[in-house]
Amino acid sequence: MMTSPILTARKLVKTYTQRSGKFGLGSHSFRALDEVSISLSAGSTLAVVGESGSGKSTLARCLLQLLPLDSGEVLFEGRNLATLSSAALRQERRNLQMVFQDPFASLNPRMKIGEIVAEGLLIHGMGNADERRERVLQMLKRVGLQEADMQKYPHQFSGGQRQRIGIARALVLQPKVVVCDEPVSALDVSIQAQILLLLKDLQQEMALSYVFISHDLRVVRHIADEVVVMHQGKVVEQGAVEAIYAAPQQAYTQNLLNSIPGRRAVAA
Amino acid sequence: MTPLLQVDGLTVVPRAAPGRCLVSDVSFTLQPGKTTCVVGESGSGKSLTALAVMGLLSRQLQRTRGSIRFQGQGLTTLDAEAMRRIRGRSIGMIFQEPMTSLNPVLTIGHQIGEPLSVHLGLRGRALQARIAGLLQQVGIPPERANSYPDELSGGQRQRVMIAMSIACEPAMLIADEPTTALDVTVQAQILRLLDELKTRMNMGMLFITHDFGVVADIADDVVVMFRGEVVEYGSVDQVLNRPQHPYTKALLACVPDADGKKPLLPIDYAWLEQQPATTAANLQHSMSEPA
Repeated sequence: MMTSPILTARKLVKTYTQRSGKFGLGSHSFRALDEVSISLSAGSTLAVVGESGSGKSTLARCLLQLLPLDSGEVLFEGRNLATLSSAALRQERRNLQMVFQDPFASLNPRMKIGEIVAEGLLIHGMGNADERRERVLQMLKRVGLQEADMQKYPHQFSGGQRQRIGIARALVLQPKVVVCDEPVSALDVSIQAQILLLLKDLQQEMALSYVFISHDLRVVRHIADEVVVMHQGKVVEQGAVEAIYAAPQQAYTQNLLNSIPGRRAVAA
Repeated sequence: MTPLLQVDGLTVVPRAAPGRCLVSDVSFTLQPGKTTCVVGESGSGKSLTALAVMGLLSRQLQRTRGSIRFQGQGLTTLDAEAMRRIRGRSIGMIFQEPMTSLNPVLTIGHQIGEPLSVHLGLRGRALQARIAGLLQQVGIPPERANSYPDELSGGQRQRVMIAMSIACEPAMLIADEPTTALDVTVQAQILRLLDELKTRMNMGMLFITHDFGVVADIADDVVVMFRGEVVEYGSVDQVLNRPQHPYTKALLACVPDADGKKPLLPIDYAWLEQQPATTAANLQHSMSEPA
């Protein structure tokens, strides 16, 4: 396995302020990310697991600078993303893409599939209209869709197909790092395996590095090389996936792994 | 022993298109104190089966054939009034989404108390005591009775749903994906809680899920549904360890395991080629519908 880190996060802190009390006049803040440091090796998959409220989606958004950080730095190929100008950051975003959780909410219902997938190319000024069309078509075919689908709208597709469109949209720019925020949690188990295999194949073909956010520990076991376990904004444990699943060191990780349904029956 | 629930040849069609079976000839039984799991993909008709048992099908749908017997009594011939007396009293139901199934403008205490005052006629202090007891049973501090649903976490809301559904100590509980929206640790707690209640009250449980891990943990019998039909029905050991039907095998094969030993496989529909023409025709139909 390759070892040079492509994306590194150092001591990320993100605080949310909540209004509380009578008429929301009071406020209290809590740390969604509390000195979180992670490192993603080129060509590998780093899974971030945790329960709801553990800060894993906040981490995903902070890594891509979609949310401002309170402190800490994100280094992509050695450059600190936070210090880049907005134009330079937009340039870098070509290399940093995201696949969202909800395939029903993350596609604009009024845009055709061809337009949705081509939008990134348009924004980054890549190619002329014909070249863009060709690249979109190649990408859609690669994820298992057809040429005729370019003229369709999102509601004409099933959940699994929509997730394929989301993947095509992220990958058409040929990024280096893709953050997948629960990409299969809204899908049936039969579709889940297809999408996971597609993600794995594409990783090989395009030399992608994935940050894979998930709460499903069975899925993570299959797709990840490294795992980061988060709890209440802190990293509880991190390491190679085999090592953590075989011998979790922290009580929280042990509890999490013991809660996987079906384990009891397997062990018995 | 008469089974607690006996569903025989249940068929549900849309009123607008009576030729299309959403649930087709579904039969199974449930014994008291046992759990029958209904598994299948979305659109396989598992929730519709549960709603049909409760007599809660929407107006656009119609049960055309089949009998549903609960404690030896036919449910399909009962009028709305009689059915209402059974629902919530002898059959409890937990719905899938705790966020949308609770009334946001009523306190949870009020909502848990409703079946108690309607069915058992409890009032005043006796009612309050019962509500407190139920909350305690599902692991919520009784002081929270005056909280509104939005003041609770997802797991707590699902516990409130459970408290509501078991308030009248029903003989049967129908749970439609009660843990799907929850974290694994909370899911494990809720499953343990349901199992405990089932044993203590000798309740029969009809449990709808798509998670084979959950099935392995709680089921006695398993019904596997595919596009409205039961493709396999047997004991949990039989279905999970010695599946007979190719669909069950294909579905089991694409479930990722926690040890990562099993290679991940996409679902295989090759077996459909060998099926009789009727199934294939039905399938063609449902394939052309966007899911």
